[in-house]
Amino acid sequence: MTQLTVDDLHKRYGDHEVLKGISLSAEAGDVISIIGSSGSGKSTFLRCINFLEQPDAGRIQVAGEEIRLVRGRDGHLKVADAKQLQRLRTRLAMVFQHFNLWAHMTVIENVMEAPVHVLGLSKAEARERAEAYLDKVGIAKFRDAYPAHMSGGQQQRVAIARALAMEPAVLLFDEPTSALDPELVGEVLKVMRALAEEGRTMVVVTHEMGFAREVSSQVMFLHQGLAEEVGAPAEVFDRPRSERLRQFLSGSLK
Amino acid sequence: MIDWSVITGNLPQYADGLWLTLQLTVLSLLAGLVLAIPLAVLRTSSRRAVFGPVWAFTYFFRGTPMLIQLLLIYYGLGQFDWIQAQWQASNAFWLIFREPYGCALVTFTLNTCAYTTEILAGALRATPHGEIEAAQACGMSRVTMLRRILIPGALRRALPAYSNEAIFMLHGTAIASTVTLMDLTGAARNAYSQHFAPFEAFLFAGALYLTLTFSLVGLFRLAERRYLAHLQPRKAIKGPTA
Repeated sequence: MTQLTVDDLHKRYGDHEVLKGISLSAEAGDVISIIGSSGSGKSTFLRCINFLEQPDAGRIQVAGEEIRLVRGRDGHLKVADAKQLQRLRTRLAMVFQHFNLWAHMTVIENVMEAPVHVLGLSKAEARERAEAYLDKVGIAKFRDAYPAHMSGGQQQRVAIARALAMEPAVLLFDEPTSALDPELVGEVLKVMRALAEEGRTMVVVTHEMGFAREVSSQVMFLHQGLAEEVGAPAEVFDRPRSERLRQFLSGSLK
Repeated sequence: MIDWSVITGNLPQYADGLWLTLQLTVLSLLAGLVLAIPLAVLRTSSRRAVFGPVWAFTYFFRGTPMLIQLLLIYYGLGQFDWIQAQWQASNAFWLIFREPYGCALVTFTLNTCAYTTEILAGALRATPHGEIEAAQACGMSRVTMLRRILIPGALRRALPAYSNEAIFMLHGTAIASTVTLMDLTGAARNAYSQHFAPFEAFLFAGALYLTLTFSLVGLFRLAERRYLAHLQPRKAIKGPTA
């Protein structure tokens, strides 16, 4: 079943066109890695999918339901129905580069927050769910700690548990290891690898070429706002067709 | 020589004054805070029609002395025929403004409300943008985000600045004595005029204010320990508690 379809997405900042028509389709269990140099638009693309940025054109379907858009008086595309966007956002959980945990809440409160106050679960159900996912990411013993008292890798694993607790259709990862010290990257990648293996649908913007090659079902290389190459990791990494990708890979794999 | 009888002979008045000072401080702080929370949210709006009136309110109350505000309300309002008519009609709301107690309470509440609104608005603006994006990304509505993320975070961040406001307010209530109220300062003035011993009379009031201030500081320190735990140096993480 198709969990996420993005069709011909465009985004511009003033005169600068960041995304020039990008499409993507994720079936259940797909892991799609988006790679590319900085400024290629890969984070912007991911953030447009859940409307943290407003795309200027394009269509987005989440679990078969299309996000209804209307053109505002200023010519920009807008979400037609805020309630629908809120509902579809619960199906698209996001993990951020800088974790973005809620600082005044403990670990378990962070993970329980949206299940209780957005999905409407009872506290007991949400606690059970939160504990299961904290256990899965290996952070259960920190449940009563505050984010500021934890390492980046631990915070990012909490953020992953928080995303999982929504039981979303698709997990969106926005450079989840880029803000981490090198020795902490492994613990986060290990969790993400385990999630891929259990068949979760994931879209991952990443600089970790090893992860993209070994874990993805599909790799998309973005360059100057266009999907320059899309394909299975073996294809993209071992037989790059474009000069751009060859250059990028020779720079990234050193 | 210090004449202790000035103090010992007036202890009941001092006790009553202390009680009135406490009432004025606590009630105005509570009411001011409750009003300041929604006002601070409006204050951070990007729409002029929304933040403008709140800005005007805080600008006036922070820009003029509280004594002037009290005199305006206590003496000034009675000058208007319309308000006199409300008093004649025994309109319960407007009768508040015929009593010095009501006037002082309203003035102090509005004054602390103005300062607290600005403190909270600043704390709201200081919300890390990532926390807002995380809330949006999981499908939170604007109201839920305010209630669960923005306001709880801002109240915590505002706590150190707010404790100063509370202390200023405690000291500010001293001007209640200018509209005939027998608060702690009023009691001291009374003791002074009976015995013509200003040093004893005012020093004792000062000592009582000092005690109140340090009690307030202590309460805020407890509150900070509880509500700002996430900003304090980390304690050792304990293992599973189950």
